[in-house]
Amino acid sequence: MNWLDTLLQGVLLGGLYALFAAGLSLVFGIMRLVNLAHGDLIVLAAFLILTLVSLLGLNPFLAASIAAPLMFAVGWLLQYHLLNRSLGKDILPPLLVTFGLSIVIQNGLLEGFTADSRRISAGALETASLQLGGVNAGLMPLLTFASAVLVIVGLNQLIYRTELGRAFRATSDDVVTASLMGIRPNSIFAIATGLAMMIVTVAALYLGMRANFDPTAGPARLIYAFEAVIIGGLGSLWGTLAGGVILGIAQTFGAAINPEWQILAGHIAFLLVLLFRPRGLFPRAVD
Amino acid sequence: MASLIETCGLMAAYRDFQAVLGVDLHLEAGETIAVIGANGAGKSTLMRSIAGVIANKPDMVLHRGEPIGAMAASDVVRRGIALVPEGRKLFPSLTVEENLQIGRYGRRVAGPWTLDSIYSLFPVLMERRRNPATALSGGQQQMVAIGRALMSNPEVLLCDELSLGLAPVIIKDIYAAFSHIRAAGAAIVIVEQDIAQALKVADRVYCMMEGRITLTGRPAELDRADIHAAYFGADTHELA
Amino acid sequence: MTTGFETMPTEIAAPPGWRVETRTRLSSIFAILSFIVVIVLAAVPFVMSRGVVQDLFFILTMLALAQSWNLLAGYAGLISVGQQLFVGCGAYALFGFVILAGVDPILAIPLAGLFAMLIAAPAAFFSFRLYGPYFAIGTWVIAEVGRLLFAQWKMLGGGTGTSLPREATKDMLGISLLQNLFGMRSAAAADALTYWLALALTALTIGFIYRLLRSKQGLGLAAVRDNETAARALGVDAHRLKIIVYLATAFVTGMVGALIYLQKARISPDAAFSLTDWTAYVVFIVVIGGIGTIEGPLVGVLVFFLLQNAFSSYGSWYLLALGALAIITMLFAPRGLWGLISSRTGWELFPVRRLLRGEPVLRDQKGGPNG
Repeated sequence: MNWLDTLLQGVLLGGLYALFAAGLSLVFGIMRLVNLAHGDLIVLAAFLILTLVSLLGLNPFLAASIAAPLMFAVGWLLQYHLLNRSLGKDILPPLLVTFGLSIVIQNGLLEGFTADSRRISAGALETASLQLGGVNAGLMPLLTFASAVLVIVGLNQLIYRTELGRAFRATSDDVVTASLMGIRPNSIFAIATGLAMMIVTVAALYLGMRANFDPTAGPARLIYAFEAVIIGGLGSLWGTLAGGVILGIAQTFGAAINPEWQILAGHIAFLLVLLFRPRGLFPRAVD
Repeated sequence: MASLIETCGLMAAYRDFQAVLGVDLHLEAGETIAVIGANGAGKSTLMRSIAGVIANKPDMVLHRGEPIGAMAASDVVRRGIALVPEGRKLFPSLTVEENLQIGRYGRRVAGPWTLDSIYSLFPVLMERRRNPATALSGGQQQMVAIGRALMSNPEVLLCDELSLGLAPVIIKDIYAAFSHIRAAGAAIVIVEQDIAQALKVADRVYCMMEGRITLTGRPAELDRADIHAAYFGADTHELA
Repeated sequence: MTTGFETMPTEIAAPPGWRVETRTRLSSIFAILSFIVVIVLAAVPFVMSRGVVQDLFFILTMLALAQSWNLLAGYAGLISVGQQLFVGCGAYALFGFVILAGVDPILAIPLAGLFAMLIAAPAAFFSFRLYGPYFAIGTWVIAEVGRLLFAQWKMLGGGTGTSLPREATKDMLGISLLQNLFGMRSAAAADALTYWLALALTALTIGFIYRLLRSKQGLGLAAVRDNETAARALGVDAHRLKIIVYLATAFVTGMVGALIYLQKARISPDAAFSLTDWTAYVVFIVVIGGIGTIEGPLVGVLVFFLLQNAFSSYGSWYLLALGALAIITMLFAPRGLWGLISSRTGWELFPVRRLLRGEPVLRDQKGGPNG
C-alpha cells in the first residue's frame, strides 16, 4: 500500500463528503431540522443533471449550473409548503415527514428511471491526473475538493458578511425575537433549504461523475454526510470539511486493507469519535 | 381621529394561563405612557400582544384604527411598531453592530435613527461595536436592545421592563436617553415595576393587576394611596 | 443518588369508600373480547389453511415490532430508525445457535432475544451520546455496522446468507407432539408452532406494555415524554427508564426477528438488517395507526396488511403511496387513525389514566368541601 497515495485519496474523498454534508449542516444550524431525505435529494439532483446532459447534450458543468436554480426552487417549495408545517417543539413530525419523503423520492426515481446504475460522463476529466510530489492525483477528486473549499468559503462569506447571513444567524439564535426584527421565519427557512439544495447540486455533479449511482443510493450518502458532520462537530463548516476528510481517510485506508471493509472502516472511525469526543472534534462553543 | 394605538377588550394567554383579561388602553402620537404593576400582572403579555408575538382577535389591537391583533410580529414591525423585549433578547451570534443592523431588516425607512445617531445616543456602544453582544454588561445590553428597536425608525416604541436587573445608576442613564427618543418623535409605552421611575417619565399611567387595568390618569393627578391600592390590591388586609 | 422509582409517590391511598382504577366499562368489555379473540386465533391452525396461518403470522410479528417501536418512540421519546439491528442480530443468533451449536430452534428463540439485548447495551452506549434526529441516524449507522459485520461471518454464509438445515426444523420441540396428536405434516406443524409462538409473544408484549404504562414507571415515562426537565425535578430517573425501555424492546425485537427467520428458514444480511422491512413498514404502521397509544399499532397493522395485500404488486408506486400517506398523516392527522377515532368517540380500549371512583361527596351543614 502506498501510504501517501492512500492518504491523498482519502483527503480528496473528504471533499466530496464535505459537499454532501455542507447543506445538511446549514439547514440544521438554522432550523434544527435534519432532513432524512437529504441523500435522496442529492441523487435527485444527479438524475436532473443526467437528464439535462442527455436531453440537451450539455457539458455536465453547464448542466449543473442550470440544475442549481431548479434545485433551489425545489428546496424552497419543499420547505415552505411541506417541511415548515412539520416544524415545532416536537421532533417527531419533521423526522417522520422527511423519512416518508425519502421513500417517496427513492420510489419516484425508481419508477422514472428504473433501478439501473447511471453515470454522468465527464469525458477526459474522468481519467486526467496531476503529478503532486511523488503521487498521482486525479484531476476530478482535486476539483471536487477545491469545490468543497470554495463552497465553504462562499457560505461563510454569506453567513458573516451579508444581511441574509445576519438574518440566518439571528433566526438560529432566537426565532421569536428574529420575527420582531421583521424577519419572516418561514421565508428564511425556505431560502436556507433552497441554498442547501444548490450545494446539493454541486455535490451531485461530482458524485455522478465519479461513480455509478442509482435511485437507492440516497441513504448511504445521508449517512456519510451525517458522519462527516458528527466527526467534525456541529456548528462549524470548516469542522465539517475536517470531518469529511477524516471519514475519507478512514475509508480509503480500510479499502486498502480489504475492499470489503471500506464503509465499515468509516463507521468505525465515526464510532470512535463518538466514543471519545461526543461533540465532535471541532465543535462550536455555543449550541 | 383614531388613536395611534388602541386596545379594545384585549384578552391574551401566557402559556396556559389567561394573563390579560380585557384591557382597554390608548396611545396618542408623541405621548409617553407607562404601564405599571406587580410581577405577573400581565404587562409583558400586553406588550407582546400589541407587538404581534401573541396572536389575538384582529379587532383587539388597532393601529390608527386598523385591526392588527392577528398580525404576525414580522408584519407589525413593518408598520412602525417596535418592541424592546423583556430580558433584552440580544442575538448571541451577532456583534453589537450587527444586532443594531438587524433592527432594520424588516423596515427600512428614512428617519432620525441610524447607526451614527444611535452611537451618539449611547457612546459606549461605539467602542464595543465589534464585540459579541452578549459579552456586554446588563446596562449596555439594554442600550443595544433599545438601539436595535430604534433602527426601524418606529412610530411606536414598546419598552418591556427596561430596568429589570440593572443598578439604579445605570437605570438613570438609560432613562436619560428617553428625552432624545421622545424629541425625535416616537410615541413610547414603557412597562415598569419601578413606580417612581415610571411616574417621572410618563404623560399618563395605567396600572394593571391580575390582568386588568385598575387605575389610569396623569401622574400629577394620581394619589399615592390610590396607586398603592391599584398596584397591590384594594383590601390590604388580605396580604397579612 | 436515588434510584428514581422510590422517590415517586406510592399509589394514592384512597380514603375509605373510594377506589383509584384505570378500568372502564368499555375497556372491560374489550378485555373479554380480546381474550376470546386470542382463543379463536389459537384455533386457526386446526381449521384454516397454511396460507391463512402465514398471513396471521405476518400480522402478529409486525404488530409485535410496531408495539415495541411505539413504546420506544411514542413513550420513551427514543426515535430509532435502527431497530433492524435487533431483528438481524436475533435472526442471526438463532441461525448461529442452531447451525453451529445444535440448539433446538424453539429454545434458541429466547437465547436470540438475550443476544439482541446484549448487543443493545453497547449500541445504547454509543447512540445515547446523540440527541433528537442525530440519535435517529446514529441508530441507523449502528444497524449498518451490524449488517456489515455479519456479512463478514463466512460460517453463516457471509454476504449471500444461508439456510436452516431441514433436520433442525423437522425435529423442533413440539413437532412430534403435533404430528402424533393431530396428524399434522411436519411443514404444517412447523408453521403452526411458529404461529403460536408469535401469538404468545405478541399477546405477552402487549400485556407487558400495558402493565408497564399503568405502573409507576409508566407514569414516569409519560412524564418524561411530556417534559423531561420537570420529570427529572420530581425524581424520575429519565436516563435509567430510557435504557430499560431500550433493552426491553431489543429483547422483544430480537425474539421476533428470530421467529420470523425461523419461519423463513433462510437468511441474508441485507434481508435481516433491512431498513425497509423492519423500520420503514413498522414506522408506517405506527404513524398511520396512531403513535403513543397501544390501540394505534393494532389499527395500523390491519390497515397495513390490507394495503400490502391489495397493492404490493405495484412495487414502487405502492411504496411511494405509503410514503406519501405517512407524510400526509403526520402533517394533518398526527395522532393517526386511532387518534381520529378516539377523538370522535372518546373510546379508550387500553385506558391508562387513573380515575377516582366511589361514593359521592358527603354534604354536611356547611355545604360543599370548601366551607
